[in-house]
Formats: sequence, structure tokens, C-alpha cells
Amino acid sequence: MSSTEQPALSEYRRREQSITLSPLQEQLEEQEQTSEELLTLNFGPHHPATHGVLRLLVTLQGEIVREIKPIIGYVHTGIEKTAEDKSYWKVIPVIERMDYLSYYFNAYAFCGAVETLLEVEVPRRAQYLRVIHMELNRIMSHLVWLGTSALDLGAISMFWYCFREREKILDLFEMSSGQRMHTRYFQVGGVIEDIPSGFAEKLSGFLKDMPSRVDQYGDLLNGNEIVLQRLRGTCPLDAETLLSLGVTGPLLRAAGNPWDLRKADPYCSYEDFQFKIPVGTVGDNYDRYACRLAEMYESVKIVEQALEGLPEGPHITEDRKVALPPRHELATSMEALIHHFKLVTEGFRVPPGEVYFPIESPRGELGCFVRSDGSSKPARVHMRDPSFVNLQSFSHMAKGAYIADLIASLAMLDPVLGGIDR
Amino acid sequence: MWRPETQPGTQRVPDATGLELIAQDLRAGEGAGEAPGSGSPVLETVFFRGRGTLIVDPAKIGSVLEHLRERGYSFMSSLHGVDHYPEEPRLGVVYELLDMHRVERITVKLRLPSDAPEVESVTEAWPTADHQEREVYDMFGVVFRGHPDLRRILMPEDYEGHPQRRDFPVGGEPVIFTFNENESHGVSE
Repeated sequence: MSSTEQPALSEYRRREQSITLSPLQEQLEEQEQTSEELLTLNFGPHHPATHGVLRLLVTLQGEIVREIKPIIGYVHTGIEKTAEDKSYWKVIPVIERMDYLSYYFNAYAFCGAVETLLEVEVPRRAQYLRVIHMELNRIMSHLVWLGTSALDLGAISMFWYCFREREKILDLFEMSSGQRMHTRYFQVGGVIEDIPSGFAEKLSGFLKDMPSRVDQYGDLLNGNEIVLQRLRGTCPLDAETLLSLGVTGPLLRAAGNPWDLRKADPYCSYEDFQFKIPVGTVGDNYDRYACRLAEMYESVKIVEQALEGLPEGPHITEDRKVALPPRHELATSMEALIHHFKLVTEGFRVPPGEVYFPIESPRGELGCFVRSDGSSKPARVHMRDPSFVNLQSFSHMAKGAYIADLIASLAMLDPVLGGIDR
Repeated sequence: MWRPETQPGTQRVPDATGLELIAQDLRAGEGAGEAPGSGSPVLETVFFRGRGTLIVDPAKIGSVLEHLRERGYSFMSSLHGVDHYPEEPRLGVVYELLDMHRVERITVKLRLPSDAPEVESVTEAWPTADHQEREVYDMFGVVFRGHPDLRRILMPEDYEGHPQRRDFPVGGEPVIFTFNENESHGVSE
């Protein structure tokens, strides 16, 4: 403000300021002290604020949360078991359906583990294409989180804005793979197809728009008194507790620990890109929100660089024992036909061994454990899903808080129940 | 994506020698601290695809993890179960530890016989193991002694059997319709 003088208060404002709620508040505090009674409330499994089929048994004293017990398993579909009955390359579609908002990450964690077992080199073009799709997926996942979280806080318009941008990303996915969700784009050894003509132009258009759109979201929410009051200072948790509970991802970074596997232990050519890791300070709900919002800008930067420096070359490994031969070779080459037949009927065999392959998903460390017994089907596939582990910190966050803060911090936790239950 | 260890900046540590040193320290520490003849805590070391694994005595899992924590592996990133059917000891529990400062990972593994799949819980020292131990119990039937709340976590509470075991059939559960709702639907039959 340039003017130093306070403007004269209108009659309405004066009356508004004269109203005080303090007697009412005193009454409330008194009541809170005297009421010893505990109320156990069943929250979910079907509730718009639980972001999936999550059930919470909440013990309340007045409005204060005293105990939370999460009950999960409602959307358990036995994907890990199903994976043991399929050949390696047929596991990819089911594994993508675990955490249904980060399907590229699920596919990459699994493909990366199998590639490590096979010792297959992935061409650089395929690595860059993977980075482009994973970072778009990260933005998409954060957009869904932002839209639904704002919905929990009572702002319905954010939901439409976020889904408008999400549509654009899904259109891009549809363009490169034919599917909007669960695209099965990543293959063991690379990606299934090179990006089509026109994809790069469409992607650049999106990348040009996106930062200004994130600015708009920030403008809408950061100046909103209700959002700030519900997020600032609510349900903080320090980095040490988070680490002992195994929490990673934006939740940990919000508490000031800059742990990010893309920087700490780069995989898939992440070392080639310049980007920053947004961190928070106190680890309250506002920091969690601000970290994810800032991550969207960084993801845009990564995609820009990957598109700019996209190397020429094959999009999938030339190893015919692992990847399907190109369609045109089947008409002329007997060898290609045999490879095709072997891959489609039996799949490739993987040397025996166990591998744990961790990557940074939008929610934290997503690790895929694959055990091979030498056959063409995995003997064990396990996903260390960040949502599953992060959920343990929820009761630590919300204990002692108001029930309204419980809703806000569940939104800021960003659990995806498909990933929790698998 | 697999990378050879020779590439700069991508070297996976500890290397094979480092792993042997850790195993040696564990063996020495155990010999000094406990009565002789109690056996070595480290049964085997495996170095595979640039990552080290310690196969340990199930009775000493707590002290092994504590020793590794002192060496810097202070973050437990994952805990999961494996079934080695039809080998014996059949069931396995895998602990993935991470040193966030040196960015090193080490895997600790133990094997349990199928007739007495019991091991000490590590939830007290590693709170993150709570849900993950419950999942291993649910899926493989490994009993974690001392776990504060060892219940099924993903399957319904009245479920019979442990579905991730290798001898548990896929698709062994009939769908209930009106015509067959009175028949028994137990999986074990």
C-alpha cells in the first residue's frame, strides 16, 4: 500500500469489529474441560473426504481427535498375487492399476526392476521419453490432489480448474499411447512406441501454458483467508518422526528434509536435468500444500529440458530376446517371427535373483521388489507403496487436533487407496 | 534401467568388499557380546546386481538391524515377505535399509521354516514396520512376536489362509449368487 493513512471505517465495518465472540469461546472452553465423554465416530469407508475407500475409526472428545485407527483393505484386489501368474511383460498392465494416479511410476518401478535382473540397457531416447511421461504424470497426480483437497476445504471451483489442465495431460497420454489412463506405454527395455508427429508441438503448447496456470492456482488459494487459516500451523509433524515412520516424498520435504531420489540417487537420466527440490520449514499442512504446488513448476522445467534435448535413436532396446521385433520385420525375417512367437506365447525368461528398485513417485519412495526363479513368470512382486507407509503418520498428525483439521490433513496427506490396498 | 557399476556417479555402494566388512563386523561384535557358541548372526552374504544382501539368523534380527543403524542405515524403506516354496526354510522376510547421507542401501533377509514361522517384531525400534509387518502376517502367516496389534490388514478379519503363499491357488474363491449362497465358500475346502 502506498498511502500511509488508514481509510475511514464505514459504519458496517465498525459494527463488524465491535462484535466479539469471546464469551461464547469461554463457554466452549469450559465445556471442553468438563466433558470427559469420548465419542467414537465411524468415518468412511465411503466418504467424499477420504479420497477412496478408507475407513477411519475416530475417537473424539468434544471436537478434539484423541485416537485414529485407519482400516484399509476395501479395494484390495490381489494384484501382487495376480502378477505371479502372468509372464513379465503381461504384469505391466495390472501393476499400473495399483496406484491409479501414478501409473507411469508403477510401470517404471516394475520395468526398472526387471531390467536390472535382465541387465538390459535402456536407450537414451527411451529414458528421456520415460522422464517426459513420468513428470507429466506427476503434474497430473498433483492436479488431482490439489483439486480434491481444495474441494475438502470447501472450494469447488479449484476442482474444475485442475481437471481442465489434467484433461490436457490425459490428451497427451492418449496421443502417445492410445490410452488416457493405465497406458501400458513403458515396456521392459524402453517404451512401446516413439512419440507421434505433432506430440512435441502439443506438449510445448501445454508447457508454455502450465506455469501461468499454476500461478493462477496459487493466486486463488494463497490469498484465500479460509484456506490459510485451515492449513497454516495445523497438524505439523517434524522430520525425525516422519523418518522413523518411513514417510518420504512431499510430506518429508515439507518438514525441511530435501530427500528426493531423483536428486539423491538419479535414475533414468535424471542427472541430466536442472531442477530444484522445493522444501518447507515447519511441516504443517500449508508447507505440504506449498511443496506440491512448487513441484509442479519443477516438473514443467524437467519436461521442457527433456523435450529440448530428446536424443535420437531407438525407443526400445534392440535385444530381441526381450523386446518385440518391429512389425515390418515379421514379413521378411524368419528369426523375427520366431522371436515374436516366443515372446507372445511364453514371454522372456529372467535370471534368478531378487531386486528392489526404488523411484520417486508423486507420493514418495515407490519401490518394486521382484524375485525371479528363472522362469518367465515372477515368483514375487511387491510394491512398497508410499501411500501405504505414509498412512501410518496420519494418526500422529491429527491426534490432538480438531476434527476439521483432520479433514484438511487427510487431504494434504494425499493417500491413494488403490496404492494402499493394491 | 540397469547401469554398469563403472559409470561415474552411479556406483552402488556398499560394494562387495564393503558388504563383507559389514558382515565381519557383525560376526565379531556378536562374538564379543554374547556367550561363545551362540552362532554367527550373518549366515550368508549375497552381492547381486550391485546391491548387497545379508542373510541373517532370525533370532538376532533386532541386534543386526541395530548395528546397521549405528553404521548409518537409519531409514527402513521397506519390509516385505517372500515365499521360497518348495524350498525349506520356506518363508522369508526382507528388510530394506537406507543410509540417507551416503545414499547406500543394504538388504537384510531372514528365512523361516513353514512349521514355525515366528520372528521378533521390530516395530518398537522401527515404527514404520507396523503396517508392513501386519501385511506380511496377513499375506504369508509370519507371526511377529511382540507386535502391538498383529491383525490382518488387507484381507477381511475372518479370512482363512494366507493368500500370497505360493501354494495358495489363484482365483480360488467362488462368486456368491442367489443360487449358491447357502453352499460353503471356504477356500480351505
